[in-house]
Amino acid sequence: MEAFKGSLTMITNPAVFAYVMKGVAFTIVISVVAVLCGILFGSILAMVRNYCTSKKTRVFQWLSVIYIEIFRNTPLLLWIFICLVFCPCPKALEHKMWGLSSAEVKLLFKTAVALILFTSSVIAEIVRGGLNSVAHGQFEAGHSQGFSTVQIMLYIVLPQAFRNIVPTLLSQVITTIKDSSYLANVATIELMSRVKKLLSSAHRYNGLNTVNVSDVFVLFGFACLIYFIINFTLSCVVRRMQKRKKAVPARRQEVMP
Amino acid sequence: MAGLFSADAWSKIWTYRGTFLLGLENTAVTALFALALALVLGILFGLFATSGKRALAFLARVYVEVIQNTPVLLQMCFLYYALAFSDHSIGIINTGILTLGIYHGAYMAEVVRSGIEAIPRGQFEAAMAQGFGYLQRMYYIILPQSIKIILPPMVNQVVNLIKNTSCLYIVGGADLISVTYSFVTGENTGGAYAPAYLVSGLLFFIVCCPLSSLASMWEISLKKRDVRTGRPAKSLEGVR
Repeated sequence: MEAFKGSLTMITNPAVFAYVMKGVAFTIVISVVAVLCGILFGSILAMVRNYCTSKKTRVFQWLSVIYIEIFRNTPLLLWIFICLVFCPCPKALEHKMWGLSSAEVKLLFKTAVALILFTSSVIAEIVRGGLNSVAHGQFEAGHSQGFSTVQIMLYIVLPQAFRNIVPTLLSQVITTIKDSSYLANVATIELMSRVKKLLSSAHRYNGLNTVNVSDVFVLFGFACLIYFIINFTLSCVVRRMQKRKKAVPARRQEVMP
Repeated sequence: MAGLFSADAWSKIWTYRGTFLLGLENTAVTALFALALALVLGILFGLFATSGKRALAFLARVYVEVIQNTPVLLQMCFLYYALAFSDHSIGIINTGILTLGIYHGAYMAEVVRSGIEAIPRGQFEAAMAQGFGYLQRMYYIILPQSIKIILPPMVNQVVNLIKNTSCLYIVGGADLISVTYSFVTGENTGGAYAPAYLVSGLLFFIVCCPLSSLASMWEISLKKRDVRTGRPAKSLEGVR
C-alpha cells in the first residue's frame, strides 16, 4: 500500500505532471501536423493514382502506386529508423526551440518526417475511396460547363470526395495519435517516451528509492487514461457523424418521393 | 546512401543472413500465435456484441473501446514491465503474442460484429422460426453469409498484425526490425544501413503485399457483385 501511495505522489508532483502534459501537447501537435501533411500529399498521390491514366502520364501513376504499396506494407518503425539515418535536417532547425535541445529538435523533425511519409500513404487510400465514390457524371457535367480538369477537381470532385471521407479521416487521426507512440522507440519527446523515461527514473520521485510494480501501473495507467480520453472523444464524434450521414439520404427520400 | 552500392556491405549482410532469417522466424511465430489468439477473442467478443444480452454486449463494448483507443506500444510496455517488476516475466515473445493477440482481437471483434449485423434481421427470425438453436443459427445460417463480408477486413488486420510485431523492439525484442536495428548498430556488423534496411523492408513487403492486395481485390469484387445483383453495397464502415 505504501508503495502505491509513493507512486501516486509522482503524478501529483507538479513538475512531473507538467512534464507529462508537455508530452501530451507534443503528441497532439505531431499527430495533427502529420495528418494535415498527410491529407496534402495523400490527395496528390490519390489523384495521380486515379486519374493519370493516359499514356504520357502513366509513369506518375505507377510511381504513386509503388509509393503507396511500399509504405502500406512495411512497418512504421522501419521508416523511423531509415529517416533517422537518411533524412537530412535543415540547418535552420538545428538550435534550441520550444524548450528542447537542438539534438531533440533534430530527432523530432526526422521522426515526424517518417510519420508524415507513412500517414500520407494511408490517407492516399482513404482519399481514393472518396474520389471513387463521386459519380462519373460529375466529370462530364463539369466538362460540359466548360470547366478545365483542374477546375473540376478543385470545385466539383474534391469537395464532394472530402465530404464523404471526413469520418474516416477523423478515425485516421485516432490511428495517427496511436502511431505517434512509435516515436518513443527512438526517444522523441512525446507522451509515450516521456512516461517510459519517468518509469526508469521512478525511484527518484516516489520517495522509496526503488522501482515497484505500482509505479508501472500508476504511470502507464495514467498514460492509458490520457490516450483513452483523447481517442474516445474523437471516436464518439466519428460515430455521431456516421449516424448523421446514414440518416440524411433517408430523410431526403421522404421529402422527394 | 550509406553503402547501398558497396559490395562490402552486401557481403556483410550475406554473411549474417542467418540473423535476418531468425528475425523473420520470430516475427512469423509471434504473428501466427497472436493471430490465433486474436481470432478466438474476436469471434468470442463479436458474438457477445451481437448476442442481444445487455451485460455481454457491454462487456464486448468495453473491451473494444479500451483496447482500440490506446496504443499497442503502451499496452505492450504495460504488460511487460508489470510482469517484469512483479517477478512473473514470461519472456519477450510471449508478451508480444499476448499483447498483439489482445489488441487485434478487439479489431477482429469489431469486424465480426459488423459482419453479423450486416445480415438482414429476417434471416435470424426465419432461422428461429425453423427451430434452430443459437449455435445452429449462427453456424448454418448467419456465418456462411457474413464470412464473405468479414474476410477482406480480417486479412487487412492480419497485415497490420504482421507490421505491429515491430512493437517488440521497445521491450528489447528479437523480431525482424529489432534484429535489423541491432545489426546496423552492432560493433562488428555496424554501418551497412541501406542494405540492411532494404533487406528487412523487402522481407516485410514480400509477406504483406500479397495479403493486402488479396484483401483489396476481394473487396472490389464483392462490391461489383453487389452492384450486379442489385443489393445495397455492404461495406464495413466504422471498422478502423
